[in-house]
Amino acid sequence: MQSEIVISGFGGQGALFAGQLLAYTALDAGLHTTWFPSYGPEMRGGTAHCTTIVSDAPIGSPVVRHPRAAVVMNLPSLERYEPLVKAGGVLVVNSSIVERHVQRTDLQVLRVPGDDVAQELGDGKVTNLVLVGALLTRLPVLELEQVKRTLEHVIPERRRNLLAMNLQALERGAALADPLAAAV
Amino acid sequence: MARALLKGNVAFAEAAVRAGCEAYFGYPITPQTEALEHMAKRMPELGRAFVQAESEVAAINMVYGAATAGVRVMTSSSSPGVSLMMEGLSYIAGTRVPAVLVDVMRGGPGLGNIAPAQSDYAQMVRGGPHGDMKMIVLAPATVQELIDLTVEAFDLAERYRCITVVLADGSLGQMMEPAELPPMRTPRAADERPAWALTGARGREPHALTSIYLDPEQEEAYNLELQATYRAIEAAEVRYVEERLEGARIAVVAFGTAGRLSLTAIDAARAEGIEVGLFRPVSLYPFPEERLRQLAERVDALLVVEMNAGQMIDDVRRVTRERVPIRFYGRTGGVVPMPEEVLEAIRGLHAELVREEAVA
Amino acid sequence: MTVPTLTPRLTPVVSYPEALAPTPTHYCPGCTHGIAHRLVAEVIDELGIREDTIGVASVGCSVFAYNYFAVDFAQAPHGRAPALATGIKRTSPDKLVFTYQGDGDLASIGSAEILHAAARGENITVVFLNNAIYGMTGGQMAPTTLPGQRTTSSPAGRDPATQGYPLRMSELLAQVDGAAYVARRSLHDVANIRRAKKALRKAFEVQQQGLGFAMVELLSSCPTNWGLSAQDSLEYIRDVMVPAYPLGEFKVPETEGREAR
Repeated sequence: MQSEIVISGFGGQGALFAGQLLAYTALDAGLHTTWFPSYGPEMRGGTAHCTTIVSDAPIGSPVVRHPRAAVVMNLPSLERYEPLVKAGGVLVVNSSIVERHVQRTDLQVLRVPGDDVAQELGDGKVTNLVLVGALLTRLPVLELEQVKRTLEHVIPERRRNLLAMNLQALERGAALADPLAAAV
Repeated sequence: MARALLKGNVAFAEAAVRAGCEAYFGYPITPQTEALEHMAKRMPELGRAFVQAESEVAAINMVYGAATAGVRVMTSSSSPGVSLMMEGLSYIAGTRVPAVLVDVMRGGPGLGNIAPAQSDYAQMVRGGPHGDMKMIVLAPATVQELIDLTVEAFDLAERYRCITVVLADGSLGQMMEPAELPPMRTPRAADERPAWALTGARGREPHALTSIYLDPEQEEAYNLELQATYRAIEAAEVRYVEERLEGARIAVVAFGTAGRLSLTAIDAARAEGIEVGLFRPVSLYPFPEERLRQLAERVDALLVVEMNAGQMIDDVRRVTRERVPIRFYGRTGGVVPMPEEVLEAIRGLHAELVREEAVA
Repeated sequence: MTVPTLTPRLTPVVSYPEALAPTPTHYCPGCTHGIAHRLVAEVIDELGIREDTIGVASVGCSVFAYNYFAVDFAQAPHGRAPALATGIKRTSPDKLVFTYQGDGDLASIGSAEILHAAARGENITVVFLNNAIYGMTGGQMAPTTLPGQRTTSSPAGRDPATQGYPLRMSELLAQVDGAAYVARRSLHDVANIRRAKKALRKAFEVQQQGLGFAMVELLSSCPTNWGLSAQDSLEYIRDVMVPAYPLGEFKVPETEGREAR
């Protein structure tokens, strides 16, 4: 069984790190994994997206056309990935800045106010983990507790003082996703 | 050493460090720059040589200089940068000194783009540098292979006094994958450099390392020595990987990233009942000719998949003498083919075989 | 009766340098490469560094320099000798590494390599022979060819309007912070040859002391391609080249005084 997760947003929103966190977690869980980034000539402000694949068997292609899940942190990312996610797959939308609703009816959609939650927690930069926390409730290839354990050892040194906040972000996202499930 | 999640570019650079690489010379170019950055930190920390050169032309000639001094030396670059290195590569081959080059290919021609591509197969395998010369070319498909083949590249370069190229692409350079690094080898001591190296003519005749032989007969004799080395390489250093070929009617032939993504398509095709497997050349020079020839006797058709407009396919045609139908699926300009596209090509070829059987 | 043994009272004043291989050179009669080779070899001998020296030959008339020096040698692609020297020196810091380059090699095709070797303060010694012409390929215009000078590729004389101006490499490289010693000397007469040798010795000593990049430019003759006799060529250096390429030390290590021109 293979799960492909795309995380996409503006540069600086932490899409690449969120994808890496899932790959590190998969490694810690003894699974096969690949992480494949977009890499562009722009250093800041452009779009950044990555594909993390988690599987119980060796992984062929590190890129896929139709991922099982997508976390979209801005409108351009929604426009790009809404049509691509596999039928029955998961689409997590950062509803704080993406007003448009999802058109497709064959997806599990989670609209999570990632930026608002992040602001509440005190750092706008943890939006990515709020959304990942939500994703994990619908994509049980990795457990939230395992992700938290992995985060503790892969968080960059310069952000280690924010570890507690990052863990909270994951938890808040997961908690928000449960009641939301009924709403969508 | 436990498995760790490693980015391709960092992984091969660290693998080189552990293989005892004593000098690295390079120039920034996407998508391989992380390798240069890793070396900028690691090499000085270990008291080894690192220079960011003023150009790839200078970088490869610094490699050439260090190679004449008899040390383990490497550079890495990407397609346009590697084009600039052609002169130096020819001299290195013509002087018979060992060196390692990692080419993280990107879309071309010209400035092209920075996306993954395999469009420099012909340049590295069948041409590029001037003169009757060859370079061992190894094509990894995973970060682990990228590590292992980089380590091996040093050993092969020294064994044959030749250039070994690790031919990767932007996706391998940029992706992260769990892999294990080799243990740290101790670099050779200064007094353990090869006998032919330039170490100062202390108590011996001076050495001259050169590639000029004005007398054509002498140059030819030298060339024949080179050719003898290439024959030895062809006899001993063929590498390939076979997957799902047992009972296959169709063999996909693909190297590097095209090989690994074809495997996803192959598994999907097998789930549909199509008997298809993968033949993945790992050494592009020496090309796995004999094995591919045998395979062409066994299967009904070959599908060559490349991230270019069709380059390795010429070697597949030559080796198999087109005894079986050979079809091609490729994307070029930095477009990575999706497994779905390869699956479609497999289905198409399978349908072709079924139709032919119906006619027969 | 005892026969008195005759002990020669002669002490040699000139001997063949150990660092010079006993091989006849292929250089044209009257060419100053021979003098430059000998000076470099004498300096190597005097410093006692023959067994620790690695030379890098370039492309041009001196391509076979490795046949004439009794030291280890590499042969570089056209213009790239400073890059090779960098690779050698960085991996063999205890050796003395020098390049031997002509003006086409150093100032034209190798202008980037020499500039950046100097900028890095690469601890190498560069012996730069400037005869204002491409010798090996038969007398074409070089970056150092003087305005009005006739060559096979500037048959009407170099016209700066379309063919640009000569490069003064010593002045240019002396501007670079990484350069420790840069001097221009001439090989046209005995007094100048002696000064040239002093400069070469300094350029090797600078490397021994690890002070950085050192280069000695030597104004040289090319009787064949200039279409002059050997003697006239030396006069041409004196009368035409020296005024265009002033002699002197353009950069000296801070601890040392500048030698008079």
